[in-house]
Amino acid sequence: MANWQPDPSFYPSPRMAAKAPAERLAYVAAFDPDRQKPDAIAVVDVDPGSTTYARIVGQVEMPNAGDELHHFGWNACSSCLCPNAPHPHMERRYLVVPGLRSSRLHIIDTKPDPKNPQIVRIIEPEEIAERAGYSRLHTTHCGPEGIYVNALGNAEGKAPGGMFLLDPESFDVMGQWEMDRGPQELAYDFWWHLGHDTMITSEWGTPDTFEDGLIPEVLLGSKYGRRLHFWDLHKRKHLQEIDFGEEYQLVFELRPAHDPTKAYGFVGCVISLKDLSASIWTWYRDGDKWAVKKVIEIPAEPADPDLLPPVLKGFKAVAPLVTDIDLSMDDHFLYVSCWGTGDMIQYDVSDPFAPKETGRVRIGGIVSRATHPGAKNGALNGGPQMVEISRDGRRVYFTNSLYGAIDPQFYPDGIDGWMVKLDVGENGGIAFDEKFFVDWPKGHRPHQVRLQGGDCSSDSYCYP
Amino acid sequence: MTPWLVLAGLGAFHGLNPAMGWLFAVALGMHRKSGKVVLLSLVPIAVGHALSIAVVVLAVVGVGLVIDQRALEVAAGLALIGWAGWHIAYGHRHRVRVGMQTGMVGLAAWSLVMATAHGAGLMLVPVVMPLCLAATPAREMTAAGSLPVALAAIAVHMAAMLAVTAAIAVSVYFWLDLAFLRRGWINLDMIWTAALMVAGLILII
Repeated sequence: MANWQPDPSFYPSPRMAAKAPAERLAYVAAFDPDRQKPDAIAVVDVDPGSTTYARIVGQVEMPNAGDELHHFGWNACSSCLCPNAPHPHMERRYLVVPGLRSSRLHIIDTKPDPKNPQIVRIIEPEEIAERAGYSRLHTTHCGPEGIYVNALGNAEGKAPGGMFLLDPESFDVMGQWEMDRGPQELAYDFWWHLGHDTMITSEWGTPDTFEDGLIPEVLLGSKYGRRLHFWDLHKRKHLQEIDFGEEYQLVFELRPAHDPTKAYGFVGCVISLKDLSASIWTWYRDGDKWAVKKVIEIPAEPADPDLLPPVLKGFKAVAPLVTDIDLSMDDHFLYVSCWGTGDMIQYDVSDPFAPKETGRVRIGGIVSRATHPGAKNGALNGGPQMVEISRDGRRVYFTNSLYGAIDPQFYPDGIDGWMVKLDVGENGGIAFDEKFFVDWPKGHRPHQVRLQGGDCSSDSYCYP
Repeated sequence: MTPWLVLAGLGAFHGLNPAMGWLFAVALGMHRKSGKVVLLSLVPIAVGHALSIAVVVLAVVGVGLVIDQRALEVAAGLALIGWAGWHIAYGHRHRVRVGMQTGMVGLAAWSLVMATAHGAGLMLVPVVMPLCLAATPAREMTAAGSLPVALAAIAVHMAAMLAVTAAIAVSVYFWLDLAFLRRGWINLDMIWTAALMVAGLILII
């Protein structure tokens, strides 16, 4: 895998990455909620000049059924250029694709034919359990010490969840990442500030509390995750825990500023037990500690109980359910998926403590069932969920499914998969690309989107 | 004169490699928005590199005092080839201990570890050994003959390394843009591994 020059998709800084050419393909995780037929990574044509624009042009099926493909990432990215651990002559070539339910890890080669990726290695759950002590693999990031993968459960499927490392060339499991986990028990997302030697992790719950759907008693008892953990990235040591408090449940996606000199980022909290609102929090450096501040609150919308699923009927309101967020490469715009109400909201976060709404579209939604110009038959279900931004910030893609066992709790009549794209105005503002509506083939639901060459949640940078 | 030029050339080669420190100095300067930080960072980087080189060179001289010259050549040659092999197999694996918030001591430690892991000192052995031998009329390794020569060799290597590192770090920080790294950062690791291999073969043959 040794190249003579660095991979052309590696950029020293986010400023340079924002000038990258437009992506032509998107890779999308697609899973069968019934766990009968194999999940797949689908390849979607996102080149507007192509005759197959906005269509699935290829896919690779997993060898087993029931993996629940969810998040995935690249084997190598721009962090290979970091000065303290340089190894820039790698290729961004392999997708590292975990099964959230099966704990199986697939390595998929996109190079020989990007539209027909091939599985080149499978790491079975037993090997991961034995060598790293984890299961329920969730998110992956390429980083200074190789490929980082996190897991929501330990080898027995209980707490603690945590992280492990993969060799970026052989893909051998190297072992558990944490050297001192302190009080951390639950896991969900992780990312870092390379410029501040800091790892950040968030919390969902143990597998027994989500694999059959969210458990109301656990939620109302405030027993799901509600904390952020800050770690020394290089000593792999827990440094600080921030508890959002009993009111807040499900602290999910972490989006640190891309500029490595900035010490702040955004995290979404799915639900407030007080009023079903969702919130966005900014974490920031305060003296020699980390601190958080709630900067956005998205209220629940009153609704006719007849239109609500059992879990929300008693509240007579639809919760926004912010389940994913994403930050543009220039740290200017934050995109917030409201899977419950069906809104995708764009905020100007150039002042990270005073976000201003600059755009909003609605599609799907528990009550609204809003449609799309490209949809053939009206009312859409599901809502904005996994969102990905092009490196230049001009295009935003998202899909509508959250998690197999949770989808029917909020959308009891089922979710028909779709993927859509927004065009972003010069100074903000978002609108649907009317030509881009992927009516997802029945039997699969789409989840995370990764863009060829990198996107706004795939790479981290060491230079401003 | 030639061996001294080779030592200086190897110093320049080491200084040229972004993995040996100039890039770290530039990055720290960018993070702390200070050209002074770029220049100051070069000091611990050079010190760490020199320490790594000195340990290896002095160890070789020390061993040379007690064992036969030919045995030493073969042992050092095998070590070099082994190092190259390790690089090919595991060079991409690294435990990262020093990050962007590092202080000057951490930076020196980082430079020491990087130089040692890359076998920077070993690479000098085929040049330093003949110089040490030539220092005595009987062409034997003696403490009195070898020590000044070895120290001078380290100094020459260091001066060349520092000069090149400083020149690149300063030009990149003040005038160039890091964008050139995207295409211009050729795979010095491959050349480096080949250099280790060649140095090993020279010693054995």
